Amino acid sequence: MEDLRLTERLVGTDEVKIQARGVNVYYGESHAIKDVDVDILDKTVTAFIGPSGCGKSTFLRCLNRMNDTIDNCRVTGSIRLDGQDIYDRSVDPVQLRAQVGMVFQKPNPFPKSIYDNVAYGPRIHGLARSKADLDEIVEKSLRRAALWNEAKDRLDQPGTGLSGGQQQRLCIARAIATSPEVLLMDEPCSALDPIATAQVEELIDELRANFSVVIVTHSMQQAARVSQRTAFFHLGNLVEYGETGQVFTNPRDPRTESYITGRIG
Amino acid sequence: MTLFAFALLFAATVAAYMLNRAAAASLARRGERLHSLATFHGGFAALVVLLPVFLVILLWLLFQGPVISALVMGGLPEGVLDGLGKGEVSLIAAEIQSIAAGQVFGTPEPWKLEAAERLVRLRATSGTLLVVTVAALSVVLLFLARRTVAPEFRARHGVERMVLGILVFCSTVAIFTTVGIVLSLIYESWQFFRLVPITEFLFGTNWEPQIPIRADQIAGAGAFGWLPVILGTVVITVIALAVSVPIGLFSAIYLNEFASRRMRAVVKPVLEILAGVPTVVYGFFAVLTVAPALRAAGAEFGIPISPNTALAAGSVMAIMLIPFISSFTDDALAAVPRALRDGSLALGATRGETMLKVLFPAAIPGIVGGILLAVSRAIGETMIVVMAAGLIATMTINPLDSVTTVTVQIVTLLIGDTSFDNPKTLAAFALGMMLFIVTLGINILALRIVRKYRELYD
Amino acid sequence: MADIDIAAGGWTSEASRENVRRRRRGELWLKAAGLVAITIAFAMLLTLLASLVITGFRAFTQTHVTLQVTLPPGDETPSFRAATRGAIEALFEGADEAQKREASRILSSGAQYIIESHVAANPDLIGQTFSIRVPVSDPYDQLAKGLIDRETPEALRRVSDAGIAAFDRLSEAGLISRPFNTALFVNADSRFPELAGLKGAIIGSFYALLTCFLISFPIGIGAAIYLEEFARKNRLSDFIEININNLAAVPSVVFGLLALAVFLNWFGLPRGAPFVGGLTLALMTLPTIIIATRAALKAVPPSIREAALGVGASKQQVVFHHVLPLAMPGILTGTIIGLAQALGETAPLLLIGMNAFITAAPSTPFDSATALPTQIFIWADSPERGFVSRTSAAILVLLGFLVLMNALAIYLRNRFERRW
Repeated sequence: MEDLRLTERLVGTDEVKIQARGVNVYYGESHAIKDVDVDILDKTVTAFIGPSGCGKSTFLRCLNRMNDTIDNCRVTGSIRLDGQDIYDRSVDPVQLRAQVGMVFQKPNPFPKSIYDNVAYGPRIHGLARSKADLDEIVEKSLRRAALWNEAKDRLDQPGTGLSGGQQQRLCIARAIATSPEVLLMDEPCSALDPIATAQVEELIDELRANFSVVIVTHSMQQAARVSQRTAFFHLGNLVEYGETGQVFTNPRDPRTESYITGRIG
Repeated sequence: MTLFAFALLFAATVAAYMLNRAAAASLARRGERLHSLATFHGGFAALVVLLPVFLVILLWLLFQGPVISALVMGGLPEGVLDGLGKGEVSLIAAEIQSIAAGQVFGTPEPWKLEAAERLVRLRATSGTLLVVTVAALSVVLLFLARRTVAPEFRARHGVERMVLGILVFCSTVAIFTTVGIVLSLIYESWQFFRLVPITEFLFGTNWEPQIPIRADQIAGAGAFGWLPVILGTVVITVIALAVSVPIGLFSAIYLNEFASRRMRAVVKPVLEILAGVPTVVYGFFAVLTVAPALRAAGAEFGIPISPNTALAAGSVMAIMLIPFISSFTDDALAAVPRALRDGSLALGATRGETMLKVLFPAAIPGIVGGILLAVSRAIGETMIVVMAAGLIATMTINPLDSVTTVTVQIVTLLIGDTSFDNPKTLAAFALGMMLFIVTLGINILALRIVRKYRELYD
Repeated sequence: MADIDIAAGGWTSEASRENVRRRRRGELWLKAAGLVAITIAFAMLLTLLASLVITGFRAFTQTHVTLQVTLPPGDETPSFRAATRGAIEALFEGADEAQKREASRILSSGAQYIIESHVAANPDLIGQTFSIRVPVSDPYDQLAKGLIDRETPEALRRVSDAGIAAFDRLSEAGLISRPFNTALFVNADSRFPELAGLKGAIIGSFYALLTCFLISFPIGIGAAIYLEEFARKNRLSDFIEININNLAAVPSVVFGLLALAVFLNWFGLPRGAPFVGGLTLALMTLPTIIIATRAALKAVPPSIREAALGVGASKQQVVFHHVLPLAMPGILTGTIIGLAQALGETAPLLLIGMNAFITAAPSTPFDSATALPTQIFIWADSPERGFVSRTSAAILVLLGFLVLMNALAIYLRNRFERRW
């Protein structure tokens, strides 16, 4: 794995944004996530890697309670965002998801205009007081998602008319329009071509300045390129978690090493 | 007055929405961080007012009629109803109603006029009372709703809980309908079986329900054995299926296996048209064209054919059933996995052999399910037989004769005078219950077979 | 099996070819049977339509006679009966007595009322002579349309020799015309075929369908949303599903019994009112709408739901902002098809008394009225010959409405349905 471009990057901050302790997830009878502890840092890109079905996406979906929408799914343990237990009865998952945005594997813009796609979140959360406010939020989000220049002249055209890479950046713009603190990305590049992937990866690196980003990826190269910290999941267990450079060059656990060198996966 | 009550409710709902939304918006302007958007505060108030008051108006409207007429009938002078049967009492009630509506025939007794006057007064009082109740309740609810506006109040949750409640209610309407059908059929049939023993109904071979409603009418003595009626139903159903099943099956087989794509695109919609024609049209077609044609053909060969021959009703019903059977057969054939078909063709079987020896046998459960549903359709079909079949129940299986069916009897017994204490009227409900039970049984069986079959290849 | 020999002879051998030919002939039978079946079905449809059109098209015209009516001046309430009689008799000056006697039978008995309402609309006609076209009575309408054979012995036909002579006299004078039968659309029912129209039935059907739509559409969508998007898989939701599927297959006449027992007998709602008809039809249409709506909701891909959830929309916001609007074309298509079925439904309406003879169109949904299908049933049962063609015409009108509704549904499906 010598060709991995491992560049040492400064980790933005050591402040813990999300603290997960003893998290277990069950789908009916099956035990999908087993006793996971993890600290996700602010202003950092954290990558979850591991073989298919290892639970990395499941765990990601716990962080904004998207698992609530699955009928027979049960989550135990504690996950704290800025010290607040997100599974506490007083927490409204709807408000949580405005704080913890999500970008999905396949670009899924609403079949509405580009503007309405981005404005949807601010509208339902009442973030804009006026039309001007809303316009500003839309522009800022599209700029941050590096889509403004391509989209500014066609804001009223349907978002589904964009190319795949543009669609995914639109979805990112939509997610950051509610000004979340954490951005979850579930294999955001798996449906994109290499050029679009490079653009999105570049964007992720820029987003680090403002957000804490958690990305699930199949591609170890991608994890190495964009993340500062990496967590390796295997069969529902968190096997190893540390700085990306260390996990890739000097894994502590033999399973991590086997995966990275291609023996399991 | 009712319209006024609804207008009042509408106004109160809009007011509640505006009031609470404005209050929440002003909180937000003062810099409070609201849990829910101002529109949700408005929506919450609107629903809090709308739902209970609407329910009150609805219940009021449903029960005001029966309650008022009970009051009026209860307030009649002593003795005028003595010795009268239920039917006569309801005739008097109807007369009072029509006097109150301004239609006076002849010179009614003074106590009837008085009762009509009281009826009009009670209706006016009820209307006023309704408006007052609606106004008072709206104001109270408006006030209660207004007090909820607060930054931390979860208006969105409140709205969503109420909306969910409405959705749950919507989905239970189907249950209420079934319950309504079952209860009304059971209740009226029970009334019937108090007048006519159930054994006579189930095993009697005579059906002459045209008994007099009033003493001065001349009619038969009355007999309520349903066997000839169900026999007639069976005769017509058998004729309908004998015609429609082969036509439906063969056309589906042809369309599924041999027809070009273009032919399919033309033939399938045309067959669907047959399913979309209202049954009253088929009934008229049977009377206008098919029955005379059959009679003419019969006369040609010297065979006497009754004008209401079961053959006419049955064969026209068959036209209605063809698309039903062909589409079920087509679906069933299409559901057979391609692998089976390819396997047979790869062995060198012709397409005809593949169809007859592989696809058709594999699809039989689905086809049988479809035919069973067609049977239940045929049994429950009403208009074709009402117009084309006979009225007299005879124990015959001769398709050239006139026969009657369960649905024909239900309709003829209930058209015209109906009073709910007469075995003639109630008999229709007993027949309706039998019809419901039989078709329900066939449907459940058919749906089970079809579902099993689908699971087999899914 | 003989096939072994064929195998020995090789697959190109004559024996093998013969075998294949034999088997192909068997296949031909199956094909022929299929084609015959399809042909029969087509022939039946054609016969149905042809017999309706052949009998029905005549009802779209109505024979009229042009009269010169004179109203005496100064009389504010003239006798239209006398004026009408005078006008027709004036045409038979000098004819023989038999013809004169028949003359007044040529006119529809509604002629004097038509003149009366014409004058009511134009009061300055009093004291003048004016010409007006009035319908002829049904037997003469039949005669004019060639439905009465003049060769039949007089005793066996409905118009006498003198009547025919009288009619021919008018005809030769150029007073007989056959314009489009507007009465068919602007009049309500009547005992006289030449005056009977569908206005009451069309309005009654409209009110009934409106009621049906207003009730079944929101409730159907609500039920479908609950079952498809919110209900957990449990006993209750299973039970509701079974109920809906069974309701869809309950014979329509049973719904009529329900309406009779509950709506009319229990709640005392008015007999024969389109509102009650609509209520009954709503219960019958509900399963269709629920099933169509569920299919349309299911067709919206889950990625849209996830996207909305991901930006913090609540489950209901997801449904009402995204899923429902996207499913709307499918829902509307299903609803229109359900309403088209309801429009043709007859039996339940008969049981709640929508088959009464009513000569005025309903002004509210709570007045007694007929509906198109029940009007067809009433006319089909009427003994007057003229009602045969009017029944066919009414059916053609009903089928016209059904074609329109289905065309609208197909248009909606093609225009707005989104493929994912």
